[in-house]
Amino acid sequence: MSILEVKNVSKNFGGLKALSNVNLSVVENTVHAIIGPNGAGKSTLLNCFVGKLIPDTGSVMFDGQSVLGRHPFEINQMGISRVFQTPEIFGDLTVIENMLIPIFAKRDGSFRMHALETVANEAEIIEQAEQVLEEMNMADKLHMHSAALSRGDKRRLEIGMCLSQEPRLLLLDEPTAGMARADTNNTIDLLKRIKDERDITIAIIEHDMHVVFSLAERITVLAQGTPLVEDTPENIKIHPKVREAYLGESV
Amino acid sequence: MLGLDRKDTRLLIFVVLLALCAPFLLNPFPTESAMAQFNAGYPDLMQRFAIYGIFAIGFNILFGLTGYLSFGHAAFLGVGSYSTVWMFKLLSYNIVPGIILSVIVAGLFALLIGFISLRRSGIYFSILTLAFAQMSFALAYSVLTPITNGETGLQVYTDDPQYLQSVGSPNVPNLFGIVMRDTYTLDVGAWSFDFNNGYYFCAILMLIAFYLSIRIYRSPFGLMLRAVKSNQQRMNYTGLSTRPYTLAAFVISGMYAGLAGGLLASMDPLAGAERMQWTASGEVVLMTILGGVGTLIGPILGAGFIKYFENIFSKINDATLHSWFGFLPEGLENAVVWILEHFVGAGWHLTLGLLFMLVVIFLPGGLVEGGQKLAAFVTRRGSDKKDKTSGSTEPAE
Ligand SMILES: Nc1ncnc2c1ncn2[C@@H]1O[C@H](COP(=O)(O)OP(=O)(O)OP(=O)(O)O)[C@@H](O)[C@H]1O
Ligand SMILES: [Mg+2]
Repeated sequence: MSILEVKNVSKNFGGLKALSNVNLSVVENTVHAIIGPNGAGKSTLLNCFVGKLIPDTGSVMFDGQSVLGRHPFEINQMGISRVFQTPEIFGDLTVIENMLIPIFAKRDGSFRMHALETVANEAEIIEQAEQVLEEMNMADKLHMHSAALSRGDKRRLEIGMCLSQEPRLLLLDEPTAGMARADTNNTIDLLKRIKDERDITIAIIEHDMHVVFSLAERITVLAQGTPLVEDTPENIKIHPKVREAYLGESV
Repeated sequence: MLGLDRKDTRLLIFVVLLALCAPFLLNPFPTESAMAQFNAGYPDLMQRFAIYGIFAIGFNILFGLTGYLSFGHAAFLGVGSYSTVWMFKLLSYNIVPGIILSVIVAGLFALLIGFISLRRSGIYFSILTLAFAQMSFALAYSVLTPITNGETGLQVYTDDPQYLQSVGSPNVPNLFGIVMRDTYTLDVGAWSFDFNNGYYFCAILMLIAFYLSIRIYRSPFGLMLRAVKSNQQRMNYTGLSTRPYTLAAFVISGMYAGLAGGLLASMDPLAGAERMQWTASGEVVLMTILGGVGTLIGPILGAGFIKYFENIFSKINDATLHSWFGFLPEGLENAVVWILEHFVGAGWHLTLGLLFMLVVIFLPGGLVEGGQKLAAFVTRRGSDKKDKTSGSTEPAE
């Protein structure tokens, strides 16, 4: 069954056709990769899923409900979490504080005036946050300022923050960009574990083919704002149009 | 204790002691000595320490936590003062109804202004709040004269109704008969110490305000406010709606300002529009930055610092300077006095400006950072003698 259903989505920026007539269907509990050259419109497409952009035409349905016209926080509360192309974390706060915020948001909703409660007394939430950080291999960095983390750690923290909300759909925009090889492999292992252990659907944008072919069960190739093909990794690897348009002779 | 951890409890006890012992701490010099002009322990000034402390603590909940810099908070202070004087005029000189009303009215006013101003952030938000405050100031002088009594300022007249004023009760602001302006003076040798009812009333409210601000800082709500300052985009994509959080912080800080305004009027039953002017809004910004933005105790220190120097420097005049530099040769004496006289008296703002520049350049974390550096320095020297222990300081208080 498909959890995300994208129909005829188009988006123009002035004269630039960033997306034209995109159709896409992401099946529940799978990893779906979206690949394509720079400027193909991959990030723009994700922006249409999370309320950052409203497409000019078309519809985006999550679990049978339209997400269009909703605020980002409402879409998140519906069960979609997103990791950004450049890490978006709370740089002024410590690692553990970063992790507490999404868990509070999950429990308390988009606003709650808990001004006379005490964070330190929320044992259950703190324990949950520590568990996720453990899973991210960051248990030794709880009280570090998150701005001081390495790029890889920032990315892992952001992934952890999204996972802590137990989203039904996790959107990842180039989670390994700028990471060293070892860090990339760690991230692949982490994502594999997540996918095996949880009921979660993942849509991932990635340039690194090693990452894509290690994780994805379906792949959509986007070029100049339109889906070129959608198929299994095995078929994508040998697809002539893809080899020509995107993969070149590197595969 | 009281839902605070050990460190915060220590801080609270420290501030309680400071507030209760202020009459002693602020009058260290014998009354007749030449240094007596540096004493600050007289009722009027001590009251202002506590009142502006409240104002700055509240301002810091908005500015320190969410990063939204309001340039119009004096409007809430002014509204608070007007509310209290109106209660004096209509009900009685008991300050309780006035203070309650000042907090409520300022809160409602903040809700309105915040609702509109918080549609923008950064400099546009600051400009909007400034515009609203200046509009309130202008209105108080013009259209709203029936409520504000215009340039004369709002005050209590003998023909005011004062429906609840009973025959026996004092004809000045009082708390169920305890007169705010009454002072008990304790003479010890050459020293004298003033214990003023009004000061202690303000100090107790300041301590409550301070305690509440610690609770807010340590609450999930406070964490969300800090998240607003850090990254609103991440907040939105984490399922949090930022607007209600910023609005709540704005209203809370407006209520603190209203309380401060109500107390000003309770100490001296007058309210004038100049209390709402942009310079007054700017002053609380300076207090917060000087003390340490986003720290717990910083705003209190900043408020005390500015009010103290305002008083001391504006009191010093030519004659005082001449008496200080009388030992110099005549020409030199005149030259030195000529330079310094620009920095004292009415020119004390120049001194304030210089002090402000020095703090911002050398101690971006304000006086609190200065204190932490000093403490770290002292403990480092102390521990060097015994053993090398890790001397990391927490970047909070
Ligand atoms: N907010 C915007 N305003 C104007 N043009 C935009 C905007 N966002 C994206 N674009 C343009 O739309 C096109 C698609 O951009 P997008 O970021 O979606 O590409 P992408 O596939 O994610 O590329 P990359 O792999 O480099 O991240 C690009 O030409 C980009 O310049
Ligand atoms: Mg992109």
